[in-house]
Amino acid sequence: MSPGWVTGMVRPLCKTFPRRFACSKHSLQAFSERFEVTVEHSSEGTALADGAVPKVVAHRSSATIRFWLMLAGLLVALIAAIVLAVAIGAVGIPFATVVQVILSHLFPGSVEATWSPTQDQIVWQFRLPRALLAVIVGAALAISGTVLQAMVRNPLADPYIFGISSGASVGAVAVLTLGAGVVGGLSLSLAAFLGSLGTMLLVYLLAQQGGSAAPTRLVLAGVAVGYVLSAVTSYLVLRSATPGGGAAAVLYWLAGSLGGAKWEYLGLPSLALLVAVLLLLLQARPLNALLAGEETAVGLGVNVERFRLQLFLITSLLVGVVVAISGAIGFVGLMIPHITRMLVGSDHRRVLPIATLLGAVYLVLVDLLGRTLIAPQELPVGIVTAALGGPFFLWLLRQRRPGGGA
Amino acid sequence: MRLEIDRVAVAIGAKRIVHEASLTVEPGSIVGLIGPNGSGKSTLLRAVYRLLRPAAGYVRLGGDDVWQLSARESARRTGVVVQETPSDFEFTVAEVVAMGRTPHKGMLAGDTAADGQILAAALRRVNMGAFVERQFNTLSGGEKQRVLVARALAQEPKFLVLDEPTNHLDIHYQLEILELVKSLGITTLITLHDLNLAAAYCARLYMLSAGRIVAAGAPEEVLTPARLREVFLVDAVTGRHPVTGALQLAFVATPHRHDGEA
Repeated sequence: MSPGWVTGMVRPLCKTFPRRFACSKHSLQAFSERFEVTVEHSSEGTALADGAVPKVVAHRSSATIRFWLMLAGLLVALIAAIVLAVAIGAVGIPFATVVQVILSHLFPGSVEATWSPTQDQIVWQFRLPRALLAVIVGAALAISGTVLQAMVRNPLADPYIFGISSGASVGAVAVLTLGAGVVGGLSLSLAAFLGSLGTMLLVYLLAQQGGSAAPTRLVLAGVAVGYVLSAVTSYLVLRSATPGGGAAAVLYWLAGSLGGAKWEYLGLPSLALLVAVLLLLLQARPLNALLAGEETAVGLGVNVERFRLQLFLITSLLVGVVVAISGAIGFVGLMIPHITRMLVGSDHRRVLPIATLLGAVYLVLVDLLGRTLIAPQELPVGIVTAALGGPFFLWLLRQRRPGGGA
Repeated sequence: MRLEIDRVAVAIGAKRIVHEASLTVEPGSIVGLIGPNGSGKSTLLRAVYRLLRPAAGYVRLGGDDVWQLSARESARRTGVVVQETPSDFEFTVAEVVAMGRTPHKGMLAGDTAADGQILAAALRRVNMGAFVERQFNTLSGGEKQRVLVARALAQEPKFLVLDEPTNHLDIHYQLEILELVKSLGITTLITLHDLNLAAAYCARLYMLSAGRIVAAGAPEEVLTPARLREVFLVDAVTGRHPVTGALQLAFVATPHRHDGEA
């Protein structure tokens, strides 16, 4: 223990508290030198006279360093995961070739072509778009789940809490079972997106009262609308449960899949993700305040009603766009935020970027497993996320000390 | 900073909870708001820290209508400590106190060294410097309350609002938190259930009954046996604290008339 620490000053009853401030600016340098030798633990209930400041600084900087290391590690992991996902499959492609093919398309003429046109096609036309779709979907679900859990202050919230996936399902299943002609010639994705958009508006209108929508009402409205729409989906599926009626295609879509990935499908989702991530990253502080409680957030200067509406719109649109292409992939948006909080705590300034990257890495790897585990058949990614993620999450949960930190 | 509540009425839905309440807190003083359950104390406070917009009247802080200020500007002036429902999410003590900087920070601003100093000073002020890395949820009630005061201090407020800060605390922590508030020297509006604590720590008291202020003044003027009987439905004997000399009340249960009994 450094000499500045005073121990044994146990809470004095009704005494005035030490009123010393350590506020001089140049003292920070001294602190940063001191905290490295400062012993981390001080017995509980011990009051500090000096030394509290270096402790705070030490805490903040060690957490900050860990955060940046983790962020850098995840970026590297993301690139590695993409290369891995592109290399592995029915036809194996060497890592070097994967990188060369990608470079040759990004910067034409930069690499001399030593690979076959088939390899080029596998990498550029099939596997890379699919890996990138996994990145987009994983990131979008993870950040939406994080934000929505904070918004409704409920650890069970996921990106589909407002019924958005049920709306998308109705749209998609209508196309699959009734045929595109019946729903006005809409494509599967467009029908799904319109379904989610309609649901989102319906839920908001149903939940609002006197110009504002409390989170509990939003969740309840979302759940209720979700049930009704699930009934519609089930009815459509049963109706079509005849040979050639599309029931298998429906089940496949409902489980969620990245199989349909093409370059031309990536534009809108990646734009939506980019805009949403930028907007949400800027809201980290108000999100912290909101997670602490509505009254706290108001006391800290957050315009809670307007803020909630913003969050609702951003996440709903993002999730709607993503669900329209991939189906309702479960579990990522529920689990990744919690894993992230276990790693870096609840401060959204760290949680948001880490969760976004973690979700992306996770879905790329899970999709890779899904298409290789029982090759040549393919497991829908939604099944793999839940089957793998569930046990892993439970294991992680059991690792934690009761009430302990991240 | 002087707080002036001027004929404020607050409604929740169609129901008026507070009627024409006027109240003043002089700079540097602690003013207590007392009244039975449901009398509108917390509701009136909510109009002050901008959770509920008054149906009528003005709340002026340092001469400005707080409802004309931006939410952020208001939060830079007013630190709030309220009873909050517990969260399932875990924050460290440092993170909870760091939230106090929210109204001072733009969307892109990171924490500066100055913020670190403010946070450390706030934690030391409430004697919680040793708890920086602890999970907030693992703290005792008294420790939590002190951390929440530290968060309010990190806002660098000119005015404090405290809603039942002694709730659920044992007597040691009740006294400790109020001593702390007193030692801060910040203009404070506080609601308290414990009338003896209110008498001991507040320079002035306002008594609310059914949403109306029925008495105002020094504790001796407000906490009279007749008024306690009328508003709180108890018989009380007044005396003096043997050590501090503050007004002290001893309560006697008013004989209750149940149906079917004599």
